[in-house]
Amino acid sequence: MSNRVAFLQGNEACAHGAIYAGCRFFAGYPITPSTEVAEVMAKELPRVGGAFMQMEDEIAAMAAVIGASLTGTKVLTATSGPGFSLKQENIGYACITEVPCVIVNVMRGGPSTGMPTGPSQSDVMQARWGTHGDHPAICLVPASVQELFTETVRAFNLAEKYRTPVTVMPDEIVGHMRERIVFPEPGELEVIDRTGPTVGPDEYKPYDTRFGDVPPLASFGSGYRFHVTGLNKAEDGFPTTRAEIVQAEEERQLRKIENAVDDIVTFEEYLLDDAEVAVVAFGSIARSARYAVNQARKAGIRAGLFRIITYWPFPERQIRALSERVRAVITPEMNLGMTVHEVRRCVEGRAPVSGIFRVDGEPIGPGAIFAAIREVR
Amino acid sequence: MSAGRYEIRFSGAGGQGLILAGIIMGEAASIYDGKQAVQSQSYGPEARGGASKSEVIISDEPIDFPKAAAVDALLALTQEACDKYSRDLKEGGILLVDSDLVKKPPKGKFTLVRFPIINTAKNEVGRTIVANIVALGAMVALTGIVSRESAEKAVLSRVPEAFTDLNRKAFRAGYDKALQARDK
Repeated sequence: MSNRVAFLQGNEACAHGAIYAGCRFFAGYPITPSTEVAEVMAKELPRVGGAFMQMEDEIAAMAAVIGASLTGTKVLTATSGPGFSLKQENIGYACITEVPCVIVNVMRGGPSTGMPTGPSQSDVMQARWGTHGDHPAICLVPASVQELFTETVRAFNLAEKYRTPVTVMPDEIVGHMRERIVFPEPGELEVIDRTGPTVGPDEYKPYDTRFGDVPPLASFGSGYRFHVTGLNKAEDGFPTTRAEIVQAEEERQLRKIENAVDDIVTFEEYLLDDAEVAVVAFGSIARSARYAVNQARKAGIRAGLFRIITYWPFPERQIRALSERVRAVITPEMNLGMTVHEVRRCVEGRAPVSGIFRVDGEPIGPGAIFAAIREVR
Repeated sequence: MSAGRYEIRFSGAGGQGLILAGIIMGEAASIYDGKQAVQSQSYGPEARGGASKSEVIISDEPIDFPKAAAVDALLALTQEACDKYSRDLKEGGILLVDSDLVKKPPKGKFTLVRFPIINTAKNEVGRTIVANIVALGAMVALTGIVSRESAEKAVLSRVPEAFTDLNRKAFRAGYDKALQARDK
């Protein structure tokens, strides 16, 4: 058996993807069902010259990765449920300071302690709006072990390219299931590194918009000194309350992601060309949906699947276009109705949108989705 | 579910090593036999005790839904697990139970195989802790879905060298006893 092939858990693949992407610092606090990410990082990071720190809690872990990232290191933290809630304050800090970092949140039942070992997809809105204030968000929702590897690599690329936090959110089923994975060779997947400053330390400003909407980030310890604060800041990094600067800076931060949606948003379309009924799903439930779509096709119903891979920015344009072709849309999800509202927002009444919602710790099986397809056609 | 899809469920109490049994079954199928396999699990928040299950789906085609829905072969090491997880056993499927611990197996149109799995590990192999490998050997024999050689290789690649003989013995004991119990 080749050492490039393994039968791995999703969480393990995620950690290996992070190493592949060049991550060399992990700080975290263990929590089910994400702990395997930390376990693999603890084992692998010292082998590649990286550092692993178990912190006193999730808040400190988020702070630690932000600090480490400012030294020019690619950083990761991983958590679940209540841990993701705790990280929100410092995720906001990473947003306003524009510090690249990757946060893995393996979704379990909630709110609060909820169902630690049960699967869920109920954190997707938290990934967008969990920290206060206006800010952009990138959130990726892989559906297989292999994809958890490749999407983690992509998360690092996006974090570094756009100078922003990126969240990778498998549900517990994807995080804990095992499948065959083929490890990509070095160089096989694109790995993007941070662009450093092109000016000297005397001239450098951390939010210098002369270089575009994503200003180059210097590394602490490389001779560059600059101010980092959670307050609204001017291009030199120091706090400001000057109205025109605050307004412009906040708008720039949203714009840098909005203008890049074509580079960021990914999805998979399956049998949608002639579909009358579209199922919009993600993560493990997209796998149930694919099965159900195949069942429907065998029963003579023209169904198709739109699988969300990039949840934020939401694939608005694609779902709008889809709604012009189909007669009905179904959104099965392991929560009590979140994606369904985003889909309705994009569909704008062009087709009826119905949901299948489940939060009892069991996945939505193909049978329930097939039944819904039959009902709406 | 579809004809190409074979669903196996290992169930018992948390701490009995059933998740590992499922992982090894999945490895045997996907790494050594070149088939598609997905292994998943469900367990409670307790470290030990509580009903626990580990599922493996094996197919020649890519596997969509990763969980079992119509179980082809079920192992139950406790009465609680047997009661909880035997409902979706397929007609014509296989139910393997520990005859000491599952006194009331369900009735239905499936093949029931009973032998003292944990007792075999303890008294014939020598260590209770390898009961999961005895059970795995038995499930490999009864299902025939992975080859005996691949399964044995997968077992041995997972255990420290000092325990190779113990685990090989456990696997073979389970394999042979299951066939004897079925054909009896």
